[in-house]
Amino acid sequence: MTALAILGGHLIDPAAGVDLLKDILLKDGRVAEIAGPGKLKQANGAESLDATGLTVAPGLIDMHVHLREPGQGYKETIASGTAAAAAGGFTSVAAMPNTLPVNDSPEIARWMQAPERGAAIRVFPVAAATRGSKGEAINDYAAMKSAGAVAVSDDGHPILKDSVMRETLAAAARVGLTVIQHAEDTRLTQGGSMNLGPVSFKLGLRGMPPEAESGMVERDIRLVTELRDIRAHLHVAHTSTAAALNAVRQARRNGLRVTCEVTPHHFLLSEEHVGLYNTNAKMNPPLRAAADRDAMIEAILDGVVDVIATDHAPHAVHEKEVEFENAPNGITGLETALGLCLRWLHKEWKMPLGRVLSLLSAQPAALLNLKGRGTLVAGSFADVVIFDPKAEWTYNARETRSKSRNTPFDGWTMQGKVRWTISEGRVAYSSPA
Amino acid sequence: MSPTATPARRQLHPPPVPVSPFPYHPGSLLSAQDLTLDGLSHLLTRATALENEDPLVRSRILAKRRVALLFYESSTRTRTSFELAAKGLGADTTLVSSLSSSIEKGESLKDTGLTLRALGAETIILRHNSSGAAWLLEAETRLPVLNAGDGMHEHPTQALLDLRTILAHLRPGVQAVSAETLAGVTVSIVGDILHSRVARSNMLLLPRLGARVLLCGPKELLPELAAAAGPGIAIERDFDAALRQSQAVMMLRIQAERLAGLQLDLELYKANYQLTGPRLAAHAPEAIVLHPGPIIRGLEITAGVADGPQSVILEQVRNGVAIRMAVVERALTASQQGGRA
Repeated sequence: MTALAILGGHLIDPAAGVDLLKDILLKDGRVAEIAGPGKLKQANGAESLDATGLTVAPGLIDMHVHLREPGQGYKETIASGTAAAAAGGFTSVAAMPNTLPVNDSPEIARWMQAPERGAAIRVFPVAAATRGSKGEAINDYAAMKSAGAVAVSDDGHPILKDSVMRETLAAAARVGLTVIQHAEDTRLTQGGSMNLGPVSFKLGLRGMPPEAESGMVERDIRLVTELRDIRAHLHVAHTSTAAALNAVRQARRNGLRVTCEVTPHHFLLSEEHVGLYNTNAKMNPPLRAAADRDAMIEAILDGVVDVIATDHAPHAVHEKEVEFENAPNGITGLETALGLCLRWLHKEWKMPLGRVLSLLSAQPAALLNLKGRGTLVAGSFADVVIFDPKAEWTYNARETRSKSRNTPFDGWTMQGKVRWTISEGRVAYSSPA
Repeated sequence: MSPTATPARRQLHPPPVPVSPFPYHPGSLLSAQDLTLDGLSHLLTRATALENEDPLVRSRILAKRRVALLFYESSTRTRTSFELAAKGLGADTTLVSSLSSSIEKGESLKDTGLTLRALGAETIILRHNSSGAAWLLEAETRLPVLNAGDGMHEHPTQALLDLRTILAHLRPGVQAVSAETLAGVTVSIVGDILHSRVARSNMLLLPRLGARVLLCGPKELLPELAAAAGPGIAIERDFDAALRQSQAVMMLRIQAERLAGLQLDLELYKANYQLTGPRLAAHAPEAIVLHPGPIIRGLEITAGVADGPQSVILEQVRNGVAIRMAVVERALTASQQGGRA
């Protein structure tokens, strides 16, 4: 296998505490050597990339995406979704199990990871927590873990029954997997298509109350408290309400293993962005009140939020060109996450670059226990993103590598242009300067 | 760290909310808020002029222009008055309703709209069961779209005809309106506010002319957050107290088709919110009584009140034709000036 030297770049590896000009040698899919500029010892014969003026960082990890395969290849395929991910600087994604059929068997998990899928980067399956994600009978987590699953979740279908959720948390803890919960008490959100509040009233849309999220998070934390002796790990997906964040904050103070993620759209947009029925501003959980959005920003800056994840949820154009209440939930996000995080968290709200990158790589890697990823210390996987941190550009959804372009961020200014994405030593994406 | 010890809140400047691109067409009437006060005055003036016009002269104003009525919900008043209004101005009308068209076969609103446009429709009057449908149709066809009721959201021509009715009684002779025209006037809207597009259009329109809107109904049908919908709106749950303050009372039907499983105690509802003869005589003997129809006699209103001297319900229906003539004329003449998309 050929070797690749990344020369002259500024390496930011938050997990290793590195923030310096470094040359990096990649060999056989791993990081072979890191040295000061011009000091690589084993670089003879290696191809090289000129990273002068660019930031070199561990490849980004999105722990919450929907790749739609198997079953809904017209929205996205593993090949198209991972191509979009690579363009966004991601080298690993965790694929949610709400496929057709649901990923509740080792066969489906292995099918998703097979070379025939043509993935540009690594895909880690998230196993369905229950059979068919019906919230009744829990899966064989040991078998799913052997087949490559890195977490369990019934994403999109919250586990409502206390007994089933308790069993899920306990069984997942026994095999060392995280339980990712889409926290929504669907008994309170039935028929709702946006956040419940003055805006939903004005638009004549049925609303989804914030308590439907926070109440479920509080219930889950009670169960984790009961299971604290076995260190059950609850991860709250796409947190969107201040109340849910407060519950997570409190649980952590109590020493519980409770983590959470926030999406770019939930820390940038509010229910006002629904405008006059923009279906590209419709997702679940919905865009919330401005105060909730502000709470997401504060919690990210304060370090309460563990991970930024996109909840990339592609839908075909014709599916979104319908009446608001009939449109499916979800927006794409893989190509815009880094550009939005750098534009807003870093540039606007002054979060140090290393901390932003950590939310997008080191922290999800640690959370999902992805060994050798989320860092670039010698010996780790050669998963690298190289970007121009100063470059501003405008996102054009029509040029997306995804099969879908249902995004509210079309035409938005992004900061930080990805020049190369390298997945296990192979260039998965490159763009001209 | 205790909650009080959290650091001072940073000054956040999150991304701004983009400016709405709607309406795309100057002839569209999607929301009661689309009209400026000047635009409103013009419509009211034209409604009166068109109503008084010689029918033969009137029928040449939009001679042979093509107006499509696209109705996804049943309707008596709105559909008939729009049709009579368009025909009165000489336009050709065609009615497409969800039960006798390819909509039944699964054709989307977008495709139905594009088909009507290809057939030569110059404006589409839409009644739809989904909130926001008129905005979708306008964005996809770029034709002038007249919202004849979208789900629980808005029914702007109803608000206009209600305004014309209120003005005729409380401000006779006034056609040019201003922000003070209805100063000192309180209008109560009573009943199923939550599911009512009539309520939403009226509560957004009337305060712009200086009126105070009192919303009245039980919690299940009138959430507290309704008061935040706009300025000049307040909630008064005591019907008698609301009546005592009102010069106009707008009664609403309970929208059984939109209750979505909500169970109501109708006897209790009637005891608290039915407009009866004694109640009206005791608390609002001078007020006019409006109702957008259809009325359910014996539920929200007694037959005696509906047929009584304070009722202006049939006047509202008559005003519907005049207002809709002005709105259809605006739709098709704005397109002539603005160029067709």
